[in-house]
Amino acid sequence: MARIFMKGCEAIAESAVRAGCRFFAGYPITPQNEIPEYLSRRMPEVGGVFVQGESEIASVSMVYGAASAGCRSMTSSSSPGIALKSEGVSYCASARVPMVYANISRGGPGVGSIQPAQMDYLQATKASGNGGFEMMVFAPASVQEAADMTYKAFDYADRDRNPVLILCDGVIGTLMEPVELPEMKTSEEVAAIKNSKKPWSCIGHGSDYATRAWIQPGQWSTVTQQQENEKAAALYESWRKNDARAEEYLTEDAEVVITAYGISARVSKTVVDILRARGKKIGLIRPITVHPFPVQSFERLDYSRVKAVLDVEMAIPALMAQDVEKAVGDRAPIHTCLCSGGNIMKKERVLAAAEKLFELVK
Amino acid sequence: MEKIYSRTKGLRADVVGGFCPGCMHSTVMKLIGEVLEEMNLFERAACVLGIGCCGLHMDYMSFDNITSPHGRACAVATGIKRSSPDSLVFTYQGDGDFAAIGLGESMSAANRGENISVIFVNNGIYGMTGGQMAPTTLMGMRASTAPAGRTAKEHGYPMHMCEILNQLTAPAYIERTSCNTPQNTLKTKKAIAKAFQNQLEGKGFSMVEIVTSCPTNWGMDALGALEYINEKMLAEFPLGVIRDAREG
Amino acid sequence: METNLLVAGFGGQGVMVLGKLLSHAACDSGQKNVTFFPSYGAEQRGGTANCYVVISDDAIGVPVGDTMDDLIVMNDPSLNKFIGALKPSGNLFVNSSIVKEEIKRSDISVVKAPVTELSLKLGNPKVLNVIMLGVYVGYTNIVDEAVVEEVIARQLGKNADLIPLNREAFHMGLDIGKERRKA
Repeated sequence: MARIFMKGCEAIAESAVRAGCRFFAGYPITPQNEIPEYLSRRMPEVGGVFVQGESEIASVSMVYGAASAGCRSMTSSSSPGIALKSEGVSYCASARVPMVYANISRGGPGVGSIQPAQMDYLQATKASGNGGFEMMVFAPASVQEAADMTYKAFDYADRDRNPVLILCDGVIGTLMEPVELPEMKTSEEVAAIKNSKKPWSCIGHGSDYATRAWIQPGQWSTVTQQQENEKAAALYESWRKNDARAEEYLTEDAEVVITAYGISARVSKTVVDILRARGKKIGLIRPITVHPFPVQSFERLDYSRVKAVLDVEMAIPALMAQDVEKAVGDRAPIHTCLCSGGNIMKKERVLAAAEKLFELVK
Repeated sequence: MEKIYSRTKGLRADVVGGFCPGCMHSTVMKLIGEVLEEMNLFERAACVLGIGCCGLHMDYMSFDNITSPHGRACAVATGIKRSSPDSLVFTYQGDGDFAAIGLGESMSAANRGENISVIFVNNGIYGMTGGQMAPTTLMGMRASTAPAGRTAKEHGYPMHMCEILNQLTAPAYIERTSCNTPQNTLKTKKAIAKAFQNQLEGKGFSMVEIVTSCPTNWGMDALGALEYINEKMLAEFPLGVIRDAREG
Repeated sequence: METNLLVAGFGGQGVMVLGKLLSHAACDSGQKNVTFFPSYGAEQRGGTANCYVVISDDAIGVPVGDTMDDLIVMNDPSLNKFIGALKPSGNLFVNSSIVKEEIKRSDISVVKAPVTELSLKLGNPKVLNVIMLGVYVGYTNIVDEAVVEEVIARQLGKNADLIPLNREAFHMGLDIGKERRKA
């Protein structure tokens, strides 16, 4: 397939269309404006719907509605806007409505900075809204991955009847790179996906209470509410076993292991290559799903060799480090290399931090 | 014996609604059920319920429904209608939902001329949460968060949603009705039917504001609440067709 | 082989378009990897604009680096801001119509081209970036000039009347670049 030179945001938007997404609602915020702008042009071409909502809250509510009608649906925003969407995302998770959304994240907290950052890790992986729900969260490190993950995200969302988040830092969202786009689903395939959702979609089923569609983001009965929570918990548990993904790069004999996701991982991988060329035993664990967190990759490390782990994030304080600490335990010390405020992680910083670790563990 | 009246199929036959005595929510949903039945629309009906006492309907009604986040009913309805244009999509919202927390969603959906129908139930108070002040609470009316009654200085004035929406160009139909008398109840049913018919004809945004009571939180019995509607509520919220694009 | 290029200038000088055209051409040139990263600010007009282009035979790990192999500056503030980022023996391309400050570094190659004046000679001040793109491609030969020409026609070809003008502008730059490379 031909390579196209495309921006991360646009690749996400086009992949969504190719995956059969036919409803998008969003609200302007930098640096994700290319997603709604692209889809405002693209959706009409495929018989889909684009709505510029009056707010992030309204936009995610529209997506909740469209997804409840059985349509593959998506919204996107950037950090402060994602915070506003937490209401609708929680409703989707509670009512078990499949939807996909993307966070092209920027500095924070508050309005923060409009430049790239990775400050939303805990929000994305631990509490994207009220009520203790969980979601699969994908973290692309290239435009190609952003495209592929968005495409697959719709399948995961439908499989689990749950929201799926693409956590994409502002670098990957803004970066242009050659990309091979996933295959366009035919209109028959798109219709078939929608039809498969008909039994539960809120579009009209007659007047029989037993067979009507009922999109229920909460339960009056404490008994059924607990049952719903238990069902959801079992689903979340299944992800930890089956769906955690990571790239393990040169970790087998590593004495120092860097761990990072998104653009930080990409920069870190370059540092691994530089140090390997100098004979240093260093590797990288790059979470591809930041939730479920790929604990297994850390389990597979040979801790008789690993002397230190270096957590690299565009976040101050360190956020993913909390999950890394849990995964590594007391088997190796964890150090951090951090930047924030919209500053992009520098190769030189990571290199210096890694070299310092080799000094320390000598 | 010939059966001349029966419960609408829109309501479950096997349960009794749990609304307070004198509450008009059950009246309004009965009217909606009757209209859907008479217009043969159950196969296409998707009801978006607001938060609050509105949400209690979910277990009494027999057709498709979705509970929206508080205030977002018009946005949720937008999503359903745009992606499933053959469905008959309507919201069922109270005054807090439609006119306070959801004001942005309500105004914006109306301004876009979304082809949906809004059933806006205005009883001037928050019901389920226990009688707090609403945007439509009357001047001087007591609420659990305005114990001395609503004052202009502290709370401003009641919001007239029909008149506010009438400032917009897009809406097709705006009417205020009540269920305080049998005649007005019949007018309400006609208004609901018209709002649905407009949607079937693709006319765009229709809204029926129904002035109702909340005897429990008003601290009255059912009859007293009816009198209060007649004397106070309708003085503040006059009934009638505010906009009808077909006539205009 | 990896080349890091930074293009900087005033907003409105077509800095982003220059970077994108080059990147598109690199993308179209077989299996080269290429990244384009626009620095973005809050202002829509004015201010400074810059973008990072990395062209490599291998995977690109750092799309926004600290040290540049090549630097194109279209105005004085950009020169001052980024001259320090250019590696020793790096190439500096200067819009000499606008940049009046002295270039103090002697460990770099400097290619001056009065692209603003040249664009005015062509009758359209907007094509200064296409001239500069020609200078850069002519001097570095980083991508095949024929591929760049195709990209220019495709990307800037919405108005068919402007294709000959842009082609002329590109060739004008190419000639300057090639000339300087020989020198």
